[in-house]
Amino acid sequence: MKRPELVCPAGTPAALRTAVEAGADAVYCGFQNATNARNFPGLNFTPDEMQASVAHAHAGGTKVLLAVNTFPTAGRFDLWRDAVDMGARFGVDAFIVADIGVAEYVKRTHPNIRLHLSVQAAASSPEAIRYYAREFGVKRVVLPRILTVPEIKQLAREIPCEIETFIFGNHGLMVEGRCSLTNYVTGLSTNMDGVCSPAADVHYDKQPDGSVTTRLADFTIDSFAPDEQAGYPTICKGRYHAPNRPDAYYAFEEPISLNLSGLLPALIEAGVDAFKIEGRQRSRAYVKSAVSAFRKAVDAILAGQQPELADLLALTEGQKQTEGAFKTKKWR
Amino acid sequence: MIYVNSAAAGGVLRDLMRDSTHNDPNHRAGLTRFLPPLPLFVLQPLLGRIVRRVARDNPSLFNRLGPHRAARFVIDPLGLPFGLLLVPNPDALVFCAFDRRSEPASDARIGGRFLDLMGLLDGGADGDALFFSRDLDVSGNTEAVVCLRNALDDVEGSIAESVAGMFGPPGRAALSGLRRMAARAASRKGDHA
Repeated sequence: MKRPELVCPAGTPAALRTAVEAGADAVYCGFQNATNARNFPGLNFTPDEMQASVAHAHAGGTKVLLAVNTFPTAGRFDLWRDAVDMGARFGVDAFIVADIGVAEYVKRTHPNIRLHLSVQAAASSPEAIRYYAREFGVKRVVLPRILTVPEIKQLAREIPCEIETFIFGNHGLMVEGRCSLTNYVTGLSTNMDGVCSPAADVHYDKQPDGSVTTRLADFTIDSFAPDEQAGYPTICKGRYHAPNRPDAYYAFEEPISLNLSGLLPALIEAGVDAFKIEGRQRSRAYVKSAVSAFRKAVDAILAGQQPELADLLALTEGQKQTEGAFKTKKWR
Repeated sequence: MIYVNSAAAGGVLRDLMRDSTHNDPNHRAGLTRFLPPLPLFVLQPLLGRIVRRVARDNPSLFNRLGPHRAARFVIDPLGLPFGLLLVPNPDALVFCAFDRRSEPASDARIGGRFLDLMGLLDGGADGDALFFSRDLDVSGNTEAVVCLRNALDDVEGSIAESVAGMFGPPGRAALSGLRRMAARAASRKGDHA
């Protein structure tokens, strides 16, 4: 049985060290700027931190995958070029990219460093993936979370590169790399500035009855009753009123997290090479719990044992979890 | 030297664990409602010492605060008879207690059970999970709160542990007790989920 790589989030150096200690085969992280899709305040790595963290990870036998997975706009390419060059200098093991210009730059200037295609590229067909592999030498594709396990199995037979799938965290059903909802509301772009629902525009208003209303800029996203579980303040997970609906409803996605604990054997059998845990914006505590749980589960499966699946419900958004489209296209 | 009366401390600690989700700033839960108002002047030098030690040991913490170093954070440990004001400005650090009847002006407000807030400092709790479960309330400048959360989460080891260490064996014993209670509370919560 092929041993899948466990790819874990690291939003800070401390989270990176936690992931290494918890058994990550690889960590993914980014610099403190718009070159990565988790450009959140107070998060990510300075160049000095990145250099030290790469050394720490390598000393622990863990690879570092540098997320440079946003889309440069005209006149700003220097930022992405510098991120790539610094990553190469620090010895990262792969670049995670979405933009074809960044991919071309990596291929041309650092041909010995692996290229992984970010989920932000939203490549889900054999034709699209083969294009990236042929033109840029992409070695691994991170698949959008919209394919069933049988579809992934079929895809694995038709592409010349490795497959990485998300197994835990954000459900992420919007067409990634194309979503402009944040841009529409705040003027900042998830795809070009790396900020989905920038915190400066997020407001929580607690009402006298204990309910909480969440807003992004001037748009109300949701209102949670006092005893109701909450979700992230993103437009895609908002609850809205519509003329043909008697009550407010989740028009796009629900606040719910992906958890594929129960599908790990099927994913390995389908040919998946790497399992990704989402959550660079989450805490060390999250990293420790999620990475440890999946490390144990994967090791048990590889040893031919029944995996003991830890209860990660407390970490999930809205305290709800789903196997999403991986199980069936009719998950809702 | 600070002496801890374990029986009394246990009573107060149990009191801190009580679920208190309302937002009445004058609310005093459980046993604390029968206690006379705490003379805050006793606490202030202690809190000042704690914040100076944390700042001294973790200077890089301030880098993650970005433009929010001068932000005023009110921290509301539900169940305690007082609130806390934090201004994480390395040049003019403020960490002090205030009477709930006169809450100071702030840029952001963070409220939660004492043990949950301690879990965040301890690196043992996830802020997003506490928010999802409605155990953490945030209002005001969300960006400042996110910066503070990320800054604290990047501190190596446990802030709670280093603070407890300042008070020697009694401090460490109190922290161990709090952690056990937090673990039991989390376990009970899991059972009911």
